Amino acid sequence: MFAIQVKNIKKTFENIIAVDNVNFNVEKGEIFGFLGPNGAGKTTVIRLLTGILMPDFGNVFIEGIDLVKNPIKAKMMMGVIPEIGNVYADLTAKQNLYLAGKYYGLSKNTLEEKSEELLSTLGIYERRNDPVRTFSKGMKQRVSIACAIIHDPHILFLDEPTEGLDVQSRRLVIETIKHLNGKGSTIFLTTHNIEEANKLCQRVCIINKGKIVAIDKPEILKSTFEKTKSIEISFDQKINRNLFVSDFISKIDLYGDKWRLYTKDLDKTIKHVVTLAQKNDLKIISMKTYGPSLEEVFVRLTEVDR
Amino acid sequence: MNYSVFIRGVVVTTEKNIKIYYNKAPVIIFGLLFPLFLFFAFYIGRKIDMSIFFPGFLAMVLFFAASSVGPLITPWEKQAGTYERLLSYPVSINTIILGDVVAGSIFGLIITSIAIVVSAIFLNIVITSITLLLIAIILGTLCFASFGVLLGSPSAHSPSHIMMFSSLVRFPLIFISGIFIPLPELSGSGKLLSYISPLTYLVDIFHASLNGTSFFPLTIDLLVLIVFTCSFLLIASLFHKRNMRKGI
Repeated sequence: MFAIQVKNIKKTFENIIAVDNVNFNVEKGEIFGFLGPNGAGKTTVIRLLTGILMPDFGNVFIEGIDLVKNPIKAKMMMGVIPEIGNVYADLTAKQNLYLAGKYYGLSKNTLEEKSEELLSTLGIYERRNDPVRTFSKGMKQRVSIACAIIHDPHILFLDEPTEGLDVQSRRLVIETIKHLNGKGSTIFLTTHNIEEANKLCQRVCIINKGKIVAIDKPEILKSTFEKTKSIEISFDQKINRNLFVSDFISKIDLYGDKWRLYTKDLDKTIKHVVTLAQKNDLKIISMKTYGPSLEEVFVRLTEVDR
Repeated sequence: MNYSVFIRGVVVTTEKNIKIYYNKAPVIIFGLLFPLFLFFAFYIGRKIDMSIFFPGFLAMVLFFAASSVGPLITPWEKQAGTYERLLSYPVSINTIILGDVVAGSIFGLIITSIAIVVSAIFLNIVITSITLLLIAIILGTLCFASFGVLLGSPSAHSPSHIMMFSSLVRFPLIFISGIFIPLPELSGSGKLLSYISPLTYLVDIFHASLNGTSFFPLTIDLLVLIVFTCSFLLIASLFHKRNMRKGI
């Protein structure tokens, strides 16, 4: 049984097709990334998967439970951090957590225990009795996360969870995602940060204009879509660009003191650069190899229809 | 449907609404001052028969208290971005609507009770039937809290729009409901208009519970209020569901 099963869902808003015949499955315990440009339909899909919106056609199954037929039971399985899912600003952090816990039917003792634990883990315990309106954006997001996971959900949906956060809060959010996934929770996240998706997700799905354009492991997507690789190298002294020119190097760029050489044959290029350094008595300060990036795949796939 | 989950959702939503929207000094002060100003506006300096004036005054107090905050809850939540979070919890639209209605009813009940107690002490108001008065208050607060929630149901993200719309609908009602001109004295189109106002029937039950006489048979009054309450709830639910289809 899949954690999330999406079958032919379609959603239109007054003649505009926001989601068009979308199908995919998410395995239990998987971190699944959902990528797409602005207006591609990411938020609509996440709203359809969390019961905030109902599809015009198709089905969504949450751990085998039909979300359309039995939304309450399905919602009990999930925790949701909506895109604009602010917490109640007039309540304290603790009151927000209690409110969320009560909706999930947690007992008073469990609420006490879980809220103390989450407030400490997310670094807001000291401010637990302060109204959330006095919190920074990062702290509000932590309260939002705490509200979504207070009932230990099987599946956690996050819509742009690190958008606009400072480095510390972003790291904390990512650590929390990893921690929950480590405990067995399935994670479904939408993000604009492709590097983040690349690092975090076991599989990614790219949506454009309401349609799925690709779905696979990031490495497979990268290797099947783009064959070009690159080497980033720096030397102890300035050199002439012409020294790099060869048949197998397609593009040469300079970024600060680092040269970026694009090639289809990484092996030959490395040998070429090393020989060049020896011949010209150059000292190599650093050298890194790069495969094709998920960002390139994303841009190519979403560019096609524009 | 799992009724225990449904009831739990209603209770938690009610608790949330009272804590966030009703348990605020300005709301409570306004809730208490409004009836006082209404009373001064209509009573002071005039020779008014209290037995005719008081049922209408009490109905106005209940009407404005129960329907005051309800229209604003959903637009406030949409504006603050908490509505989406609320919908992601294991609750249905009907749970949220009922939670809003119960919170409005409790507020209306408290304000109306204070108005009755103060009036009984200072104005020597006599109550003919406490049971009937209690039934009228409970039914009335439920009816007008539902009316308030219905007013906030059309898709609007701006609370100021809803506030204007709500005032535009609520204020004319007090002029067509037999509050200032008793029902037996109304004639023609005025009488016909009074029949379509739910407030008319509440005023009539208050007359029966305070003075022992009513214009309509009591069963009709009670039945009409129940039908209005159910209709308000049903239409509010349809509006919310339509909004969800259109994208929250």
